[in-house]
Amino acid sequence: MFYQALIFAPLLGAIIAGFGGRKLGDKPSMAITTGLLFLSAILSWIAFAKVGFQHEATQISLFRWMDVGDFKANWALKIDTLTAVMLVVITTVSALVHLYSWGYMEEDPSKPRFFAYLSLFTFAMLMLVTADNFIQMFFGWEGVGLASYLLIGFWYKKPSANAAAIKAFVTNRVGDVGLALGVMTIFFVFGSVNFDTVFGAIQNNNNDVQNLTLPFLGMEFNAIELIAFLLFVGAMGKSAQFVLHVWLPDAMEGPTPVSALIHAATMVTAGVFLVCRAFPIYEAAPVTSGFITVLGAFTAFFAATVGLVQNDIKRVIAYSTCSQLGYMFFAAGIGAYNAAMFHLFTHAFFKALLFLGAGSVIHALHHQQDMRKMGGLWKVVPVTYIVMIIGTLAITGVGIPGTGNIGFAGFASKDFIIESAYDAGHGGSAAGAFAFWAGIVAALMTSFYSWRLIFMTFHGKHRGKKKYLDEAHESPLVMTIPLGVLAIGALFAGFFFYKSFVYGANGFWDHSLPVGEHAEIAARNLYAAAGTTASDANYSGGHSYPGWVLWAPFIVSLLGFVIAWFTYMYKNGVEKRINAEGGPIYNFLLNKWYIDEIYDATIVRATKFLGDVFWKIGDIGIIDRFGPNGVAAAAMAGARRLSKFQSGYLYHYAFVMLIGVAVIVGLVARTVGG
Amino acid sequence: MLENMPILSLLIILPLLGALVLMAMARFSRNSTGEARAQLDKNATGVALLISVGVFILSLLMVFQFDSTTADFQFVERVEWLGGGIEYHLGVDGISVLFVLLTAFLTPLCILASGKSIEKNMLDYMVTFLIMEAIMIGVFCALDLILFYLFFEAVLIPMFILIGVWGGKERVYASYKFFLYTLLGSVLMLAAVLWIYFYGQSELGVATTDIVRLQTLDIPAKAQTWLWLAFFASFAVKMPMWPVHTWLPDAHVQAPTAGSVILAGILLKMGGYGFLRFSLPMFPDASVKFTPLIFALSVIAIIYTSLVAYRQKDIKKLIAYSSVAHMGFVTMGIFAVNAQGIQGGIFQMLSHGLISGALFFCVGVIYDRMHTREIAFYGGLVKRMPIYAFFLMLFTMANVGLPGTSGFVGEILTMVGVYKVNPWVAAGAALGMILSAVYALYLYRAVIFGEPTNEKLADIEDMNRTEIMVLAPLAIFVIILGVYPSLITDVTAVSVDNLIANFNAAIGQGS
Repeated sequence: MFYQALIFAPLLGAIIAGFGGRKLGDKPSMAITTGLLFLSAILSWIAFAKVGFQHEATQISLFRWMDVGDFKANWALKIDTLTAVMLVVITTVSALVHLYSWGYMEEDPSKPRFFAYLSLFTFAMLMLVTADNFIQMFFGWEGVGLASYLLIGFWYKKPSANAAAIKAFVTNRVGDVGLALGVMTIFFVFGSVNFDTVFGAIQNNNNDVQNLTLPFLGMEFNAIELIAFLLFVGAMGKSAQFVLHVWLPDAMEGPTPVSALIHAATMVTAGVFLVCRAFPIYEAAPVTSGFITVLGAFTAFFAATVGLVQNDIKRVIAYSTCSQLGYMFFAAGIGAYNAAMFHLFTHAFFKALLFLGAGSVIHALHHQQDMRKMGGLWKVVPVTYIVMIIGTLAITGVGIPGTGNIGFAGFASKDFIIESAYDAGHGGSAAGAFAFWAGIVAALMTSFYSWRLIFMTFHGKHRGKKKYLDEAHESPLVMTIPLGVLAIGALFAGFFFYKSFVYGANGFWDHSLPVGEHAEIAARNLYAAAGTTASDANYSGGHSYPGWVLWAPFIVSLLGFVIAWFTYMYKNGVEKRINAEGGPIYNFLLNKWYIDEIYDATIVRATKFLGDVFWKIGDIGIIDRFGPNGVAAAAMAGARRLSKFQSGYLYHYAFVMLIGVAVIVGLVARTVGG
Repeated sequence: MLENMPILSLLIILPLLGALVLMAMARFSRNSTGEARAQLDKNATGVALLISVGVFILSLLMVFQFDSTTADFQFVERVEWLGGGIEYHLGVDGISVLFVLLTAFLTPLCILASGKSIEKNMLDYMVTFLIMEAIMIGVFCALDLILFYLFFEAVLIPMFILIGVWGGKERVYASYKFFLYTLLGSVLMLAAVLWIYFYGQSELGVATTDIVRLQTLDIPAKAQTWLWLAFFASFAVKMPMWPVHTWLPDAHVQAPTAGSVILAGILLKMGGYGFLRFSLPMFPDASVKFTPLIFALSVIAIIYTSLVAYRQKDIKKLIAYSSVAHMGFVTMGIFAVNAQGIQGGIFQMLSHGLISGALFFCVGVIYDRMHTREIAFYGGLVKRMPIYAFFLMLFTMANVGLPGTSGFVGEILTMVGVYKVNPWVAAGAALGMILSAVYALYLYRAVIFGEPTNEKLADIEDMNRTEIMVLAPLAIFVIILGVYPSLITDVTAVSVDNLIANFNAAIGQGS
């Protein structure tokens, strides 16, 4: 019952607060959901210790879900190290966010609903990571999408929030279609959707499945590559990778605790988790893995460029998240799955910290989110300031180069990713080399926009209303305590768990992840250069990598800080900068490469246009006109009604449409038949 | 206990008896007015509700007695009837038994929901409804071709009356359009039925309209083609499949709430049931031949009508178009002719019966209050109607096919099934997953979210107890079936496997 309690406690909380919130009142609903989440978090850390360090991985089957012919899937709880890592990330951040929301949502009239949604989200996320088959994973996958939709649109009176919620859901659905088709292909090839069966078949190369080709949409594909690609399309949606990233920045319309929990620490990492969970598929799919590497690296770069110029404090962090997810993906793409998971783990702490810190600032300033109207806040909100500095040091990867883990959380994981990419590139992978350079450049930009955020928010003169500054105050304890806890994570998560994650020390991963080829090389080099062996913890300095590889991330990080300082601190720079803003490159970046505009002009418009054409011309103009109304006209009965539709506009297109319809039916029937 | 009872006949006769009682009531109080009239209406609703609940309990007992380990027809009743081999022959198997249950489940909810919203001739309305229930159950129980045909066509009459008498402003046009479409199908199907009757007589040496025996006929491929098309004309209109779907939005818009529920919940399913009971078993070769056509029309239906749904200004029209799209999953699944496809198709029909029924009830809730279905009229309802917002969200998500609701199970099963046969079709249908989210969330946002700007909505009231009683059971089943679909698939499995085995044997023989 241990794991059942862990997983279902948040669901129980969601049900109680959701249905009983009105009767129970605000405080009891909040106390129940938060309490159950803390219970879940404590159990998760116990589980993490049991599974990660005592190797007590387990699998619990609850009951049948799908059972039709050979299509079978159970409701199950699969707990291995990979899952356990996710469990602690999800429940820890979620519990802290629940607590934080006591303060942040203080004045909101519908608190029970908010807490119910948060808990519901947590449950869906837990179901996602404990699945033992692709169908249950899909349940969690879409479940978190629902919760995300509800929470982005939580302030339902705001049109922008509603639009963002729909955008998030629909964009995710585009990815989900890929995921669903991937799952169908898996079932078609393996006759099963169970992880163990599918992965086993690939690893043993049953029936030479690794060389099986499939016809799909008119082309021949390697079956495993096709599956890997389709699954990754799902990951692109959920984890906001380039092309399907557009929803994430808009999702910031939701309350800030939501951004921290869902759109930074947990849900958006589901795509990374998917790729890691399905690593046997990706190991057998080198082409797709290369694609993931390139796309991840590009996203890391792209999102960072946009982050450089945003003025909304939450959007800066949102693009930063997008960019960091890119790092995780290219790590997974080059086979360093453990590096991806390590960064996922540390990122959860420092990114949730940054978001909640930003929330604390926003809370202090009467919901002001524009950094141009901030400044000089460090004296007013000192605790927030300190934790934000810690978060920034973590994300910019400050640490002692060459030591591996002596530094802030982001140092340990990000440098490990960059080194793995270097290895992959050095080993002949062009994608790896690209990822390495993109990673370095993105690290420079990360440092710049992160320090820019700090300088614009906390330093210089206050640029907003003086009244607000005077009224501003440090957040209450319910908000600063979670910040403190996350700050501890941002400080030490890298240092403490480095050997387990990177090196799989003492069998940490226990076959749930390979300590992959590149990852292994990276780790081995690190230790070998230090003249020690893997099991020897007392290594220090030195390295078989060229020194510049180890120092590059550190140097660009420092460089980013210096540029940001000169731009925004030196001689009252912020105001000068704000006034000088402009120019084509600036606007290009500020408008996010105009990707939203492009989508609006093409996909959104086309959808509406087609809908109108099919309705007004297809249904009314053709089918009705020549069908029932035509008959009616002949019988004189419906003549009057028909005249309503006889505008010149319709006549004009009716003929074209008729031919169009005939062609469509013919083509579809042919392809389908062929 | 039940074995010796003619339970299927009881299911048909009970509502008819109820209708008779109500007619008697009407006769004795024709001239009553005012208070007495109101009391009479109330009593009529009570009687109808009592009867329909009785039917539901009886059908539930039947399902509990049903043996799902055999593909044989059960609770069979067989009486010589019209002569010439035409019998009164009833029975249910795994394919039909749950449709009987669905009918018996939805009818009392409809009657409950109609209590307040029907403003004239309540007694006649209830009579119509009970008669319709009897006929619908008859459709799913009939094992005689002629008997089936009679039920299948007769069910339209109460529906015409429902729309024509209690419908909206444009009801005449709507019922006319509905009639015209179905007439086309009916005529062709009747011709096919007659052909089969005579062919069966010459082949089997004895005149019979026994569906079970007729299914063993080996009809020449060429004849199959024409017969298949004739039946298809009728079933495709009923489903409805693109491009013979345009009667549905009009019919829905004009029908009273409960009429829409039955239309979407039961009547549409008769087309799918027809494909399973006749097209596949009797005309297997033609079915194989026309599978590409069905697939093409299904995919077009899913994409085309979803896009059209997105542009609707009328809530009911939007949901009606979405129904057409969802029926596309059914047809595509059925003609995949494998376990996942067909069971998924059946599941999708049952699930859609619950979901679309619930959605039309939801429309009824606000229509009763505001007397308009215009999307733009509404907005910000969540503020005044949180319970309503919750139910509509649940059914919207079910309609979108969110995992955990029954909508997902039907969609994923049919897609998995059809993928095995043709990945193109599965991919096309998967696009529907995106589009359904687009139109459903657009509707939800426009009606529920935003600032409540319309002054007329200022004191709209949330759902009352009756309305919650109607929607809560639907919500519960949508979730239960979404989490534990085996409740359905365990019942359908054996009969569907048997159908597939016979089908494969038939096309293997190559007639």
